[in-house]
Amino acid sequence: MSHSSDTHGHDGHGHDHMPFQAHHFDDPEQQFDSGKLGMWLFLVTEVLFFSGMFCAYALYRSRNPEVWQFSSQYLNATLGAFNTGVLLFSSLSMAWGVRCAQLRQRTGLVVSLAVTLGCASIFLGVKAVEYTHKWDIGLLPAGTYESQFAPLPEHGSGLSPWLINLSIVPALFVVGFAIWYVVTMVKGQKRESEVSGPMLVTALCYFVGVGVGLAFQNAEAKDHGSEHSVAAVSTDAEHMDDHGAHDSESLDKHDEASHEGDDRHAGDPTLALVSTSVRHDVVVPGAPTLAEIDQRGGAGLFFSIYYCMTGVHAIHILGGMVVLTWLLVRATKDHFNEQYFGPVDYVGLYWHLVDLIWIYLFPLLYLI
Amino acid sequence: MELNAIDMSDHATHAVNEHHGFAHPAPVWQLLAVFFALIVLTFLTVLQSTFELGNLELGLSLFIATIKAALVIMFFMHMLHDKPLNAIVFLSSFIFVALFLGFTLMDAGAYRDSIELKEVDSPRAVRATETEHSAEAEATAGDAAAEEVH
Repeated sequence: MSHSSDTHGHDGHGHDHMPFQAHHFDDPEQQFDSGKLGMWLFLVTEVLFFSGMFCAYALYRSRNPEVWQFSSQYLNATLGAFNTGVLLFSSLSMAWGVRCAQLRQRTGLVVSLAVTLGCASIFLGVKAVEYTHKWDIGLLPAGTYESQFAPLPEHGSGLSPWLINLSIVPALFVVGFAIWYVVTMVKGQKRESEVSGPMLVTALCYFVGVGVGLAFQNAEAKDHGSEHSVAAVSTDAEHMDDHGAHDSESLDKHDEASHEGDDRHAGDPTLALVSTSVRHDVVVPGAPTLAEIDQRGGAGLFFSIYYCMTGVHAIHILGGMVVLTWLLVRATKDHFNEQYFGPVDYVGLYWHLVDLIWIYLFPLLYLI
Repeated sequence: MELNAIDMSDHATHAVNEHHGFAHPAPVWQLLAVFFALIVLTFLTVLQSTFELGNLELGLSLFIATIKAALVIMFFMHMLHDKPLNAIVFLSSFIFVALFLGFTLMDAGAYRDSIELKEVDSPRAVRATETEHSAEAEATAGDAAAEEVH
């Protein structure tokens, strides 16, 4: 390279000006473009990786559409929609963070990254409520799936033990980050407190998510509880109809009602037995009965696919949170500017892809 | 000194032209507009799921999801201002996804038997009958024990 075109000086790499420029790149732009191409290639592998699961989904759904119709009733669309909003907002804050990095707005970048981390945490909290509720009532992968027609096993009212166990790790994070935050504040370490503060908020946001999830779930359980008696009566009337399909639909809702409100009905075996006897009478001409779907491994298959897709997605969220934390630390050290914002941009691309996958998962799993 | 001066002037021109090197910061209004469009589309897809549209439902929800995905890719992921090579690389992945899904589904008839659902007993149903039996057994055992005491 000729010296006339090199404004960075005689050391050839401009360490004063560009501390993060690798030696094998001519200029910051070349470094950025190379990294970006690499990131897009990684995203291609991610798309292909997820496509395997979408393929399983498409194959089994096209073979057993009625299984999907039946099983997706047990997914809480309200919580799914709420989580979609949370992820979209985190995408907004991430995109805003990239803008801040490009404009060298240090505070803006720190706040954007903190908001993104907090949203990720809320998402996981809501997901924890969804998962643990399903584990409680036996909506498990094939092989362990428990019939929704048999009486529910008795379990204590109040918080699910699964949820409590799952929340131990976030609780430890809250304690740890709280101690760290207090230490940084007492010692007057301003930069460290800019990391410990957002991390504490992030850990707390998990519990915000759990709270929101439980609130939505309980509100819905109450609604269904009041409709319950009405639904039970109306199913008897509809039994006289020839409209098998309609019959099965109202029964689906009826069944869902009995499970959503299972906290109160768990101790009342007669209710479960009533719904069992009603359900086995259902005959839908030309289609498998709901009991058959439930028993023949179909619903378990749906939940295998559900847990696989949403679980791998949740692992991607966790991975994203790790790299976002790394960015947060670097942002407080003022590493990013208009010449060097690649890492923020690349993590942003990854984060948007995770959002993108959820955009497809939400209607395909929750809204059938 | 001379080099510093060059650097300084470089920065000065950047500031004057409001030019950020190779960075293209997205305007705030654009980010907000895209976000609200995504939220509206989410409401729309939830709304359409409440109607009984039969086979149309799947297509419509996928159509809305694809519009959302396009918005995210174009604006949040800056593909509109990205190098064409990056766009070609990323979008080509969808060609391969289409091939993958298309051929697998076309072939589904060939391995139909292996993906047929099999009869399984739900653990809970089995457990329910087991507890019934054991309860009966306990009851008779209890009666026998009571008789022995007497």
